[in-house]
Amino acid sequence: MEQVIDIQHLNKSFGTHEVLKDINFSVNKGEVVSIIGSSGSGKSTLLRCINLLEKPSGGQIIYNGENILDDLHDIPAYRRKLGMVFQQFNLFNNHNVLNNCVVGQIKVLNRSKDEAEKIAMKYLKIVGMDKYINAKPKQLSGGQKQRVAIARALSMEPDVMLFDEPTSALDPEMVGEVLKVMKELAESGLTMLIVTHEMEFAKEVSDRVVFMDKGVIAEEGSPEQIFNNPKQDRTREFLKRTLKQS
Amino acid sequence: MSLEWIVKIISENWPMFLRGAGMTLYIALIGTVLGAVIGLMAGVIRTIPMPERGLKKAILKVTNVILSIYIEFFRGTPMIVQAMVIYYGSALAFNIDMNVLLAAVIVVSINTGAYMAEIVRGGIVSIDKGQFEAAQAIGMNHFQTMVNVVLPQVIRNILPATGNQFVINIKDTSVLNVISVSELYFLTKSVAGNNFRYFESFFVACMLYFVMTFIVTRILLYFERRLEGPDNYTMLSDVKQADVPAK
Repeated sequence: MEQVIDIQHLNKSFGTHEVLKDINFSVNKGEVVSIIGSSGSGKSTLLRCINLLEKPSGGQIIYNGENILDDLHDIPAYRRKLGMVFQQFNLFNNHNVLNNCVVGQIKVLNRSKDEAEKIAMKYLKIVGMDKYINAKPKQLSGGQKQRVAIARALSMEPDVMLFDEPTSALDPEMVGEVLKVMKELAESGLTMLIVTHEMEFAKEVSDRVVFMDKGVIAEEGSPEQIFNNPKQDRTREFLKRTLKQS
Repeated sequence: MSLEWIVKIISENWPMFLRGAGMTLYIALIGTVLGAVIGLMAGVIRTIPMPERGLKKAILKVTNVILSIYIEFFRGTPMIVQAMVIYYGSALAFNIDMNVLLAAVIVVSINTGAYMAEIVRGGIVSIDKGQFEAAQAIGMNHFQTMVNVVLPQVIRNILPATGNQFVINIKDTSVLNVISVSELYFLTKSVAGNNFRYFESFFVACMLYFVMTFIVTRILLYFERRLEGPDNYTMLSDVKQADVPAK
């Protein structure tokens, strides 16, 4: 299988605190990978290191055969290939729904306004927000904002979509609408890397599940293996704790 | 009787007062606009993330030091003194006889720019980090992030402070009389010098200053509300099919 992102010996420290320790893993084209683990296990940091919102302290990130951590690499050009969906949505407050999905296409990808709007409308329709194109972010609910944020990332037509706990800041009744959109995307063959606390969802959509604990990848495997037959004690412990809550 | 004198002074000197008020407003307006532009540029430069090494880092460091000196210096000295130093200094140093109006606009602009630089930086810092991250995540560089996402929000937030600066400038241009700029204070002084009615003449000037600042404040308030945008939005199904992407 063709590797899109390959992470080798990745380290990240904040001061003396080591958040990620020697992470090795890769994402293949068309694969849906979920990263699970308790809070503070480093899963969000790992995702943020992948698109360089956090600068890794050591290691390599190989994207399409190139190490993007070497000095001369054009970081904005690399980020264009990755779509990011944030926990806090982070829609551009000064733009309406349509322009949130258009501005990056025009300014970064140099698409024409007409083309950008056509592409934006296509993805807004997929997430079910095409009727709200005139609304400002502050006029939308959390679930609606997150669906627009997904459309914004998709409008850039990235190679990989990164989701950083996309439903954690949502009211419970809005989680479903976002997960439904993500499930459809997963089924469409998009390459996705999802940090999530939604175990049922991870089990259902993932091709592979990565369990992180204390800054290392403790276990990875198929959803069946991780959720039904975890090899490690700490995976078992974690699953017992979280599944009991939900 | 004072009132009669006031009426007389106005009726005899109104063209002079209007000219002075116009000049004051002109210098204050140009100074505030140019100052805001300087402030925006300084704010954008000072928030560029520091590269880890290399020539870019050195250039950025030097630029930041120069900007800091500029800001500290012009905030830390009185405008009346700056006017003297720039006007007479330019004559001495470069042997140029600067037009007083040009000198006035330069003094007010760079003075306002020093204050605006700090106001803009405060405005940029107060924008949620998520806005920067989202812009970076779709591949924008620092400049694109600033122009398309951050500054539009900053400008809306700093508009009250900018208006404040404009009002201050309308009043503070009066110090430019030391370099003989024919603004309101300077012309009032010459009116009073002719008729020796100081109270009445300056009372007229006082009213004119107040009218100018009051009107400017109202206008700015109006713009502030306009920038907030409408409270409601239309769903696409509510409008006709033909009106696709409206702004």
